[in-house]
This record gives sequence, C-alpha cells and structure tokens, in this order.
Amino acid sequence: MSATATEGATRVVGTRMLRREDPALLSGEARFVHDLVVPGALHMAVVRSPFAHARVTGVDLGAARAMPGVVAAFSGADLAGEWAAPMPCAWPVTADMQSPAHYPLAVDEACYVGDGVAVVVATSPAAAADAAAVVDVAYEELPAAVDLEAAASDAAAAHLGAPTNRAYTWELDPDPSAVAAAFAGAAVTVSERYVQQRLVPAAMEPRGVCVVPQPFGGEVTVYSATQIPHILRTMLGMTAGVPEERIRVVAPSVGGGFGSKLDVYAEELLCLALARRLRRPVRWTEERTEAAQATIQGRGQIQEIELAATADGRIQAVRARIVADMGAYLQLVTPGVPLLGAFLYHGVYDVPAYSFSCVGVFTNKTPTDAYRGAGRPEATYAIERAVDTLARTLGQDPAEIRRRNFIGADQFPYASVAGLTFDSGNYEGALDVALGLADYSGLREEQGRRRRTGTRMQLGVGLSCYVEMCGLAPSRVLASLNYVAGGWEAATVRMLPTGKVQVVTGSSPHGQGHETSWSMLVADKLGVAPDDVDVLHSDTAISPFGLDTYGSRSLSVGGTAIVMAADRVIEKARLLAAHQLEVAPEDLEYEGGRFSVRGSASRAAELGALAFAAFVAHDLPEGMEPNLEGSATYDPVNFTFPFGTHVAVVEVDTETGRVELSRYVAVDDCGNQVNPLIVDGQVHGGIAQGVAQALWEEAAYDEAGNLLTTSLADYLVPAASELPSFTLGRTVTPSPSNPLGAKGIGEAGTIASTPAVVNAVVDALAHLGVTSMEMPVTPERVWRAVRGAAGQSQVEQSQIEQSQISTTGGGA
Amino acid sequence: MIPASFEYRRAGSVDEALALLRQDPDGTKLLAGGHSLLPLMKLRLATPGVLVDVGRIGGLSYVRDAGDHVAIGALTRHRDLETSDVARSEVPLLAHVAGQVGDPQVRHRGTIGGSLAHGDPASDLPAAVLALGGTLVVQGPGGTREVPVDGFFLGFLETALGPDEMLTEIRVRKGAAGWGFQKFNRRAQDWAIVGVAAVVGSDPRVALVNMGSTTVRARGVEEALAAGASPADAAARAAEGLDPPSDLNASTEYRQHLVTVLVRRALEGATTGRG
Repeated sequence: MSATATEGATRVVGTRMLRREDPALLSGEARFVHDLVVPGALHMAVVRSPFAHARVTGVDLGAARAMPGVVAAFSGADLAGEWAAPMPCAWPVTADMQSPAHYPLAVDEACYVGDGVAVVVATSPAAAADAAAVVDVAYEELPAAVDLEAAASDAAAAHLGAPTNRAYTWELDPDPSAVAAAFAGAAVTVSERYVQQRLVPAAMEPRGVCVVPQPFGGEVTVYSATQIPHILRTMLGMTAGVPEERIRVVAPSVGGGFGSKLDVYAEELLCLALARRLRRPVRWTEERTEAAQATIQGRGQIQEIELAATADGRIQAVRARIVADMGAYLQLVTPGVPLLGAFLYHGVYDVPAYSFSCVGVFTNKTPTDAYRGAGRPEATYAIERAVDTLARTLGQDPAEIRRRNFIGADQFPYASVAGLTFDSGNYEGALDVALGLADYSGLREEQGRRRRTGTRMQLGVGLSCYVEMCGLAPSRVLASLNYVAGGWEAATVRMLPTGKVQVVTGSSPHGQGHETSWSMLVADKLGVAPDDVDVLHSDTAISPFGLDTYGSRSLSVGGTAIVMAADRVIEKARLLAAHQLEVAPEDLEYEGGRFSVRGSASRAAELGALAFAAFVAHDLPEGMEPNLEGSATYDPVNFTFPFGTHVAVVEVDTETGRVELSRYVAVDDCGNQVNPLIVDGQVHGGIAQGVAQALWEEAAYDEAGNLLTTSLADYLVPAASELPSFTLGRTVTPSPSNPLGAKGIGEAGTIASTPAVVNAVVDALAHLGVTSMEMPVTPERVWRAVRGAAGQSQVEQSQIEQSQISTTGGGA
Repeated sequence: MIPASFEYRRAGSVDEALALLRQDPDGTKLLAGGHSLLPLMKLRLATPGVLVDVGRIGGLSYVRDAGDHVAIGALTRHRDLETSDVARSEVPLLAHVAGQVGDPQVRHRGTIGGSLAHGDPASDLPAAVLALGGTLVVQGPGGTREVPVDGFFLGFLETALGPDEMLTEIRVRKGAAGWGFQKFNRRAQDWAIVGVAAVVGSDPRVALVNMGSTTVRARGVEEALAAGASPADAAARAAEGLDPPSDLNASTEYRQHLVTVLVRRALEGATTGRG
C-alpha cells in the first residue's frame, strides 16, 4: 500500500486492522534471541541445586573442565568478585523490609530447587549440558520452609541466620474503627479463605540471553528475551559494575512474557560477567524445566476475606488479610505484587469501610513476581467469590446482589475508600450487556430444569464483575508506595525526507502488537498510511529512554507520549507551513496531514512536502532547526480503571467431577479502542490464562520443596481444544485521564475470568450443598466435593449457613 | 532438554535392524515415531548408546484384511490406522482409539508398534489391542515368533520383547459384536487418567488404561458380563484386584471410582452399538 498524505486522511484508529507483526511471526521469519547467529559464541549451562535448602560445602569442577568442548567452569565463589551489588529488588515496600542478598550464583547456601550454584561454558549447548551433568557439588541438606503458612510461623528458616521468614507486613487501614463498627453491627457476615496457587508463566518462548562484548572498546551488547530492555540496562550496570552508557540492551522478537520477563535474572548477569571475563560472546537458552524452576512464578497467596453486610445484602465493610509467598528471594518487584491488589479488595462495590494487610513470607521455593494481573486477579478473585457466598447466604441472585452494591455510574470520578480515584465507569451497564449476551434468565431456567430432574450433568453460571488499576503509573504515586522508579514513558516521532514517519517508543512489545497500534495512532495524527509509519523499539541504542512494557501501561502511557510527540511535529510543521504560505500560524487549519489557510482552503501545505523542506533546509523560518521531529515524555496523572462483567457457563459431570466450560461471555470496557481486533486478542488470551488458573494450572511442590510440574505434560497449559469460542461484548466509557481516552486491556481477561469459572462450578453444585472449591478445580476435587456434600442434610446445611458462613476449602 | 550423546544408525530392513541390535542389545534402542523415546532421552531418563532408526524400513506400514484377522504393520502411524477403511470396517475399536491418541501431530508421527513396544500403561493403543485379543509378531535372531497380547505387557515400560527383538506386526480378531472406548483426561492431548477399551459379545474383554503398572484386563467385569450381568453391575467390579497409581491428576481412590463409571459408560456404549 502506498498512500499520499491526503489519502491517509481516512481514519484508521478504531478499525480492526490486521497486525503487521503477524506475517513474520507466523512464517517463522521473526528472530528471537535463540535465532541470532553470533560467530564464536560460547554456550552457558547452569548447575542448579536439587535441594530446596542446602549448605553448599564444595563445588568440584575438575571433571567438568576436562570434558570435551569445555572452555571454563565456575562456582559461585569463583564469580563472587564479578558483582558490584546484589541482584536488584526495586520495590522495598516498607522501610524495615528484609531482603537477603541475592547473587547470580549461590555461594554457601542454596535456597530453592533450581538455585544456580555453578556454571559451565562450552563450545556447544550439548557440551555445556554434558559438562554441567558432571559438576560435583557437595550439599548438606537443611530444613526447608515449603508450606506457606508453616513458613509464616517460622517452622523452618528459609535463610540461615535470618531472624524470621517474614519479609514485611504492609497495611492499609484508613479507619479501623469504621471497619470494627461495620462488623459489629452487621446483619450478616461472610468469612472466606482462598488459596491462590502458584502458577508458571509458561511464555511460549523461554528466556534467552546472548551477550556480545567488544573487548577493545569496553562496550557490551546484551540480547535478551526481556520485557524491560531499559530497566535491564540500568540494573545490569548497577549490578555488574559496567558503566551504563557502555551497555546496549536489545530485545529482539520476544515470545510472550506475562510479567515473567519483567525481571533482572541471574542468567543475564552470568552471561554478562562470563563474556567480560572470557572476552567472547556467551549465550544461554532456557530449557522448559528451567523455565518452570528458575523463572519467576506467579500468585502464591493465602487470602482471608470478610464481608459485613446488611440484611438486604449491602456490603458495609471489607476486611482482607493476605499471606504472600515471596519464594526464596525478592526479585525485581516481588514484594510489591500484593500491593497492586491491596486497593481493590472491595472490587466494583461502593463500600464505606475497608481494611487490608499483607505479610510477605520467604519460602524455599522459586521466587514469585509479577504475573499477568499481578495482585489484581487475586483481589478480584477474593471479592467476587465472597460476594457469591453472600448472595447464597441471603438467598439472592448473584447478579442482583452485585447490582445492589455497584459504584453508580453517576459517582465518577469515584474516591474509593482505599484512597484511589477511579477515573470513569458504568459497571451496571457492562453487567446488563453481559447478562443479555449470555441469556442469563434462560440459563437460570435451564439450570432449574436440570436440578429438578437430577441429571448427572449440572449447569452452573458464574459472574465476575471487575475493576482494575493499570497503566502504571503516576510516578508520584509509585513514590508513595516506595517503588524506586517512575512510571512515565518516552516517545519520538520524526518525519523522514520522503514523508515517511519513524516512531521511537520506550515501550517494549513482546506480543502486544505495538507496531500496529502505534502506527495507527500516528497515521491518523499525521495523515499518512499506517504502512508509512515505522515503529522502532526495544533497543537502547535506538530508543535510549523508556520504562518498558508491563502493567497494561503501553497504550495509556506510551501511546499518549506518542500522540504528544506527533502533536509537537505538527506544531513545528505549522510554523514552517505558515512561513511558506506567508500567513500567521494561527490562521492555519490542520487536518489529516494538510495545513490550509482558514477561509482559503486551496492555499495549503502538505506535511510530506514540509518534511522535505525541513530536510533540505533551504528556506526555514529564522531560528528553526532543520528537522520535523518531536519528542515527549508522559507521566500519567492517574491509573486507568478498566472494568467489565464476565459470565462463565459450566457443565459439571457429577459422576466424574469433570468440568466443561461450555460458554464464556466477556464484556469489557477499556475506554476508547485503537484496534478492537487487538483488544479481542488480549481478551482471548487473558481469558484462557485466567481459566487455566481456575481449572488446570498449578506449580505443585512436594513436601521437600521439589517442583513436580516441570514439563508441559505435567503443568497443564490449556490449548484451544479445552476452551469454547468466547462471546465478546464491549461498552465504551473513555478514561478522562489521558487524551486517548484509553484504558489498559492486557490483563483484564486474566483478572476477570478466574472467579467467574470457579463461581460457576460452585453454582452448579450449590443445590447439592457444595459451598467451596479450591483451585485448580480438578475433577477429583469436584468429585470429592459432591461426595462430601451428599453426606449432609441439605436443609440443615442452608440453616447453618445463615448463622455462620465459614468456608474453608477442601484440600490444599 | 539435550539428550546424552548417542550413535545414530538407520536400518534399511528388519534384518539390518536386527543385526544392529545384536551388536549391543542392552545399549541399543529402536526408534520409530520417537514420541515416547525422544522425550525420555531429552530428559536423560533414557541414555541409549545407539539409536537404530527403523522409521524408513519399507513394507511395515499397512492395514490388511487377513481373513479371520486384520494384520497391521508395526510402523503404521496412528493417523493411517485411524483412517484405514479395513480398520474402520473390521476392527473399528482400533481405528477409533488410534484417533484418540495425543493430538494430530503425534498421530502423524507415532506408530502402533512403537506404542506397544514402549509398554506404557497410560497409552491407549495397548488397551485396544488387549481388548481385541491380538497377537504380536516378533522377529529376532531365532526367527519369527507370535506372542499373544495377554502375555506381552510384563511391567512398567517392560514387555515380552527381548532386547534383540523387533515387533513387526500386530494381528487382531475380526468380527467383535460391540465395542466401547472411554478416555478420561483433563486436556484433550493428554494421556488418559483412566481409559477403558471394551469388547462385548460371546467373549467379553475389557482392558484398562493407567490402572496399574501395565495395561490390564478388568477380569471381574469380564466374569460378570459372561455371567449375564448388566453393564452397571459388571462395571461395579472394575477396580477389583487393581492398585492404580496416585499422581498429580488423580489419587488411587479417585481412579478406583472413575474406572467404574468409565467401564459402565463403555459397556453401555458397546451394547447400544454407539462405540
């Protein structure tokens, strides 16, 4: 496609343009770190602890060094001098937070299965693997802190010599007396306990690193499958002691991250240190087992949530107490993950009293960190499950009780009890659309029929109404939460001499389609075709400043920076056009790449021609620099607060316990949409990932701290065959917080879907007396719940529920 | 995920494969579709010194009507078995089960001989052949011998095949009266948590997947059926005498429950002719 500026006046924002990224990805042309051809590169293999907790009493590298192809082998002690600082944790949530020093290789003490204790560098991956297998490490096994609650009570020390396993206690308790009064005066209370199992992020592309040193200049290029090339550059500089300006970080095609590549990892530092030491390129590609053991995991919380409500179901207070599993070490934002949910345990409901506290606890397991949704799926799960229990307790319809408690559309901007300002919303509107798409009343009729006939296939309907805070973030808000960096994003928009456009963004896509979306934004601004807009990213030599991609921030923050930069190009071009047309700048109208003189439309200047004029610089206004380029750095004024309602319909085989997700309706509101097709894709993937937590996935450990789910045969990532076609709907409530009116959508599906599915399963079995269900909802768990409930008198059960609802799950 | 070093040899004929095997029977493995062996090697749970690739031996991929039985070449891929007209009309249970193995990629590579020789109690095809009362044709240094399937599966990943032998053909009876197959798993492409292959009629045979260290027959069910019990009554005896494993997907107790449900469903499907 080639289009002139005037043809480009057709608006593309809001259309379902196909993603420009996909042909390369689908044809195998895209190049990931592992695909890079680097002559002379050496291959690293990491020797990892097979024990959850052990003293390392000796590392014998002799046999490994004698293996064919081996260039070098090092223990943790050998490399101790390479580090200027321990690996970074950027979110010390409290002043007294405990954080054991974490180095790329353990020296004296290994603290989880997978903790690196030695490295081998060889001329091929196979030679490195063979040599790693013969490294002889002497361990003295230590008691391990595996179970989260046992660890919280310091049954065993996760780190030798640490006074406690508790990393921190963080509280949000704005008015304790109001909460106490609400519970004291409540007609009904609900008290629930939920386990957020650990999850393996399981990005399709595992991690990979390739570090290429230039020994004679001191510069080093780090290729990494990362979400955060900019943050990584700074952190590598601080940790490895390399001057930051000598480090170039490149994230080539990156095959998914979901937060797991929002980190600074041991292997990145090891490849850097080894390349520096050996003066040769050093590379490493993660194996799937390593991805399970040594890439961060998500979730890992035990939640207690209490609701105080009136007799007609109006929620008067929410109290949440969380124990969060940090794993063995604090990675980049590990301690902050629960805080991203801390403000949202009252969900979409207008609740007057609120209390939250979280204890972060070390265990001898793989470190946790941000995983798609990061804190918000946990919060949404807790409130949405608890509201269903409240509805059952009161004999109310789950949709009606939600309607009764919603923050009203007329209450925005809404000052929440937890201290946030929700930007915009219409929660009841989204609920209505979702119930209509699902044929909610028809489903309830069908459910009634099946209950009456007692058929073995029972039907359940689960709702989840969510709001989340994303678009990380106003820098001053991050400061108030003790996060050590800001939340701005940077962009440059530049016209090339031929009228084509380059966009440089600080966002770093790894599947989101930024190239497509950013080109659409700029195409509309500058009146060019999207294909005429090149988007450059993910290379610190090209895009020196940015804060990268996570937290559903790239459009609302990065996209805003881009349109601001484009506006600066237009404003500069206006001066040049005014000069050429010999009118005052304010006499020009701008539309679709064309300046025309107000009242004399034929006198006009095209942006493309102005770009050439700026390039040749033959006739510029006095003092104008010869370029058409604008840069902007945008720091948002608020988070954005996408919301919606999801409806899950399940059929449960009461004989086998099998749960079939038969229908799924998602109505999301992410404000204005740049590309609804990309929004659909984000919602699809998010739902799949959230349903996976509900039904299939769990990073399961044995009592000794061994991860049992180290392959994709054991760790059950669903495929398309496990999921129904999703019915998507949307409402549009623009955000007032950014000029795009956009809200994040990257995490919403994951946030909403997990409680919808579990609520549906409990709903299918509620008439049998089932009130709780642990995740993942395995057939066996369902079978046991049905069998357990069948042993009780259902009438008595519902009477017990009226007086005291205290559901603790079976299992876990 | 990098296997230990091994020597790769490609056999052009059964005789050549047997000759290569004979050089170091215990250190050599035959490679057909590779879908069971290669993952074990990548995890270094299997470290054969020599891999003899039999995948390109001609003439071992066929499904033939041989009178009273159907003969299937050991290198017949699941997809070819699934779509074979002979299999679909004469041994529909086997064709159906071949279509339930793994996912399409697996079915286009995996072979029936490889699946049987691997002896994994969680695999589907061994149960189908066991239910059908098949005979396995084995070639070795002493020539060809026939092994009834009832004596083939000896232990976990252990069969009656000698280390110097190769499975070349599978024979199954024609003309079963009715059949049923049930596979219960959490994801479509996974191994069965429990599976059931049932053949009813004058000589009912019911074989179970993942209910012990080998593919096993549900003898109690068969006895009950022979005595004229209803599917539900017969199925109640499905776990009799069995000690199924306990793993992340299912406890022993749950498998014992599940097998009774699945056997009943398989028998009900078989008697109504719906498969």
